[in-house]
Amino acid sequence: MASWRANDQKIPQGRLALFSYLSVVFIVLLLVGFWKLQVVQTGHFADLAERNRIRAIPIIAPRGAMLDREGRVLVDSYPSFSILLLRDDPKTVQRDLQGISDGLGISMDDLHSQLEAARNEPKFMPIVIKPAASLADIAFVESHRSDLPVLDLMMVQRRRYPHGEMLANTIGYVGEISAQDLEKNPDKYRPGDIVGKTGLEKEYNDQIVGVDGMRRVVVNSVGKVVRTLDNVEAIPGKPIQLTIDYDLQAIADADMADKTGAVVAMDARTGEILAMVSRPTFNPDDFAVRISPQEWQKLNSDPHTPLLNRAIQAQLAPGSVFKIVMATAMLESKLVPADYTVYCPGYATFYGRTFHCWRPAGHGEVDLHKALVQSCDVFFYNVGKLLGIDVINQYATGLGLGRKTGIDLPGEEPGLMPSEDWVERVFHHKWYAGETISVAIGQGAITVTPIQLARMAAAVASGGNLVQPHLLKNDPSVKLTRFPLSDTTVDLVTEGLYGVVNEGGGTAYHLRLQNVDFCGKSGTAQLMSYNASDRIGTKNMDAWFVGFAPRRNPDIVVAAIVQNTEEHGGEAAGPVVRDIVKAYFDKKNGVLPEATSTAQNSASSGRPLVATVGAPRP
Amino acid sequence: MKDRPRIQDFDWPLLAIVAAISAIGVGEIYSATHASAMAGMQWRQLIWIGVGVLGMFIISRLDYHTLLDQAPALYLSGIAMLIIVLVIGSTHLGAKRWIALGGGFSFQASELMKLIIIIVLARFFSDVQTDHLTLRDLVKVGLLTLVPVALILKQPDLGTAMVLVPVALVGIFLAGVEFRHIIVGAILLALLIPFGWHMRTHLKPYQQQRIQTFLHPEEDQRGAGYQVSQSEIAVGSGGFWGMGFGKGTQSQLGFIPVRYSDFILAALAEEQGFIGVCVVMLLYLGLILRLVDNAQKAKDRAGMFMVMGVTAILGFHVLVNASMVIGYMPVTGIPLPLMSYGGSATAFVFMALGLVMNVRMRRFVN
Repeated sequence: MASWRANDQKIPQGRLALFSYLSVVFIVLLLVGFWKLQVVQTGHFADLAERNRIRAIPIIAPRGAMLDREGRVLVDSYPSFSILLLRDDPKTVQRDLQGISDGLGISMDDLHSQLEAARNEPKFMPIVIKPAASLADIAFVESHRSDLPVLDLMMVQRRRYPHGEMLANTIGYVGEISAQDLEKNPDKYRPGDIVGKTGLEKEYNDQIVGVDGMRRVVVNSVGKVVRTLDNVEAIPGKPIQLTIDYDLQAIADADMADKTGAVVAMDARTGEILAMVSRPTFNPDDFAVRISPQEWQKLNSDPHTPLLNRAIQAQLAPGSVFKIVMATAMLESKLVPADYTVYCPGYATFYGRTFHCWRPAGHGEVDLHKALVQSCDVFFYNVGKLLGIDVINQYATGLGLGRKTGIDLPGEEPGLMPSEDWVERVFHHKWYAGETISVAIGQGAITVTPIQLARMAAAVASGGNLVQPHLLKNDPSVKLTRFPLSDTTVDLVTEGLYGVVNEGGGTAYHLRLQNVDFCGKSGTAQLMSYNASDRIGTKNMDAWFVGFAPRRNPDIVVAAIVQNTEEHGGEAAGPVVRDIVKAYFDKKNGVLPEATSTAQNSASSGRPLVATVGAPRP
Repeated sequence: MKDRPRIQDFDWPLLAIVAAISAIGVGEIYSATHASAMAGMQWRQLIWIGVGVLGMFIISRLDYHTLLDQAPALYLSGIAMLIIVLVIGSTHLGAKRWIALGGGFSFQASELMKLIIIIVLARFFSDVQTDHLTLRDLVKVGLLTLVPVALILKQPDLGTAMVLVPVALVGIFLAGVEFRHIIVGAILLALLIPFGWHMRTHLKPYQQQRIQTFLHPEEDQRGAGYQVSQSEIAVGSGGFWGMGFGKGTQSQLGFIPVRYSDFILAALAEEQGFIGVCVVMLLYLGLILRLVDNAQKAKDRAGMFMVMGVTAILGFHVLVNASMVIGYMPVTGIPLPLMSYGGSATAFVFMALGLVMNVRMRRFVN
């Protein structure tokens, strides 16, 4: 038999005791380990546990709508869903990819490249694979909750533009807050917040932005929401009412549809903007979801600058419209007598250089009234020479040129009204007297914005009331400044501007309206010499028309510019102004304007109402 | 002197401790799974405990001397079984460990091998008549242990393979060993570590991952390191008093990996706090000390070695599992005896305790 049964050695009691002691030591060491985690560091781990299980889901507050002066919606917000792809579990994602591609109509290539693009993002951050889900997409996600668990929905608020491109440059667009803005206001904004980037969206961001709510949910280890802890509802942003009149805006839009340029229609008494157009423009829907880098690049580098709001940002030579300022300066300064006359042979020579009148045949004997009505250049060359650049500057600046109007839009440009000081400061040489001659007819170193011209015309016709143009209705901060003009001056100048439209031989005689004292001034600014434009073969003129009615203390003033045209101001821009003024008074008299009929009419053919209203002027 | 072992000679205090631990385990399994798709698991665990208790009684009835007589045959059939598993065993999670028993039950052959190695090494050590092991003895112990270890590693099941080693080490310690052999052993082990590091490429990817994760847990927050971090978060957030039964957010929401099995101590630590952990760890300490007490009172060296083999395995399980839960050791898949859900493991513990009862009941029998 084996020897093990006969083993008479003693049980090693000492070693067994040692084993027991070691066991006690090990258990104590383990308990020390638990003590460290559970007592010493428990706060830290409790935090981690909370972060594990509680997720805060923002409830995006809709931005406030923008309404026109009668409460019609120009832009509002609507809830929409984005489809998220949860990437916690790459295996499931790969397995489900084909099903997602089929169900949502996203190509496999697209999905792969989206996943690839987010490869370095943390895995627990879902990616948006479809920013604007259709109802069918939402139904697909909802009905495949169990077999496609990697899909989820996120509610977002988007901007809706019921009138498409209308007012796009004025309203502006929204987008994710930039890193710089985030740095400036770290308490106010979170990354990914949607803010106004340009236009009214930016100007009144604080008014229309809502307060995002928050839903705190408990999630399990695979990120599935188990229950909601609490809900802080979003507070929607308040709507703002604009001064825009949708009816007039629609007419202005239709008139400018295929043109390059801008229109500003303003209540001449208050500065309320009734319509504002800038062409070419952009489609705000491109920004409503998420603009692609390529699309953005295209818009931003487009030589036609569709993102520019020309009504307040285009700085252009005013051309003959500036003669309103010249006439006012001449009469108010009394440096030139009111009955001053000039003989116009079609040209004049100053400082050894010949300056042409727009009409080569000349205007003959010209006084102030005829000079305004027929827009005689030679008359104003002489007036300009007599006044000098600094007197011209004094009145132009007084009437609001060369400085911002203070409209409630970001990015307004001041234009430029030159003076002797300015030339010495910037170019370090003396003012060449010859340049004054060009400035006298709105050419040369002078530039203005359309809104400045509208305000200037309103100021002259109202005896010097400089309104502050604005888009927010009932804005208490709007100021009125005065640049007092004598009654005689106003009478003489406005009679001239009345003649422009209502006297045979006036440059805009074809625009006259029945029962409305429609006044105005055309302007045609040349961008380059005739020779140069012939060589290049492009349209080379900026056609202006600034009109208002009635003659004294007008209700409405409209400035329009049509760029790159071969037509003169009265022909290209005049009908636009006329249509808006007519619609304004029609509406006042209870006749609802038919936005499209007149607009299409004048948009389709060059000068349609010329034949019906009166004799054309060559 | 009594002639027959009687039921009264069972170690009732030891069984009381075992019952307490098992009850806590079943309770925690219920708490961790009742609100999930796995609800009802505690009943299966109770069935296994019943099976185990039955096995314990059967084993306690056989005279352990008879078992020791059969040691060579047991050893050979154990080795044969491990080879069969490798050939025809069912694959689960990339490892061949199971022999299907039919009826949805399957059996882990390596668990049976744990029992066999206890018996075989007890027999071997009691064969030694000197007061310490010779080099020749040590080599034999090494071979006896490493053959099944190698076969289990091949499944692969690093955890169970490792569990066999302490049986040999505790046996060697108790049988007596020359100081110079300890030194040589330590040096050999030191040499093996770089070798093992070199051989790590032969490990399964998930095993490599676990080692990597243990060395650098912060680098892998969503993979294997995730398990350790989540376990630590659950344990730490439990605090001193715990969140309460069924109220542990990390276990209820599934953040703790296999919270009903390998990481059940983390679930308990979250819900019952440091206090609960203390109770459980002291129960385990009581279990071990009680087992050692049985070894001290054994009638012969063979019985003593047998009891200490059981003690070595259970102690090792507790030490490694608890260390893993608090991030002191890599994740190896060693369950907490009597608490972790698992049929074979639970049955093994009770059958091993059957060996202990066997020795105890016969301490006065001639």
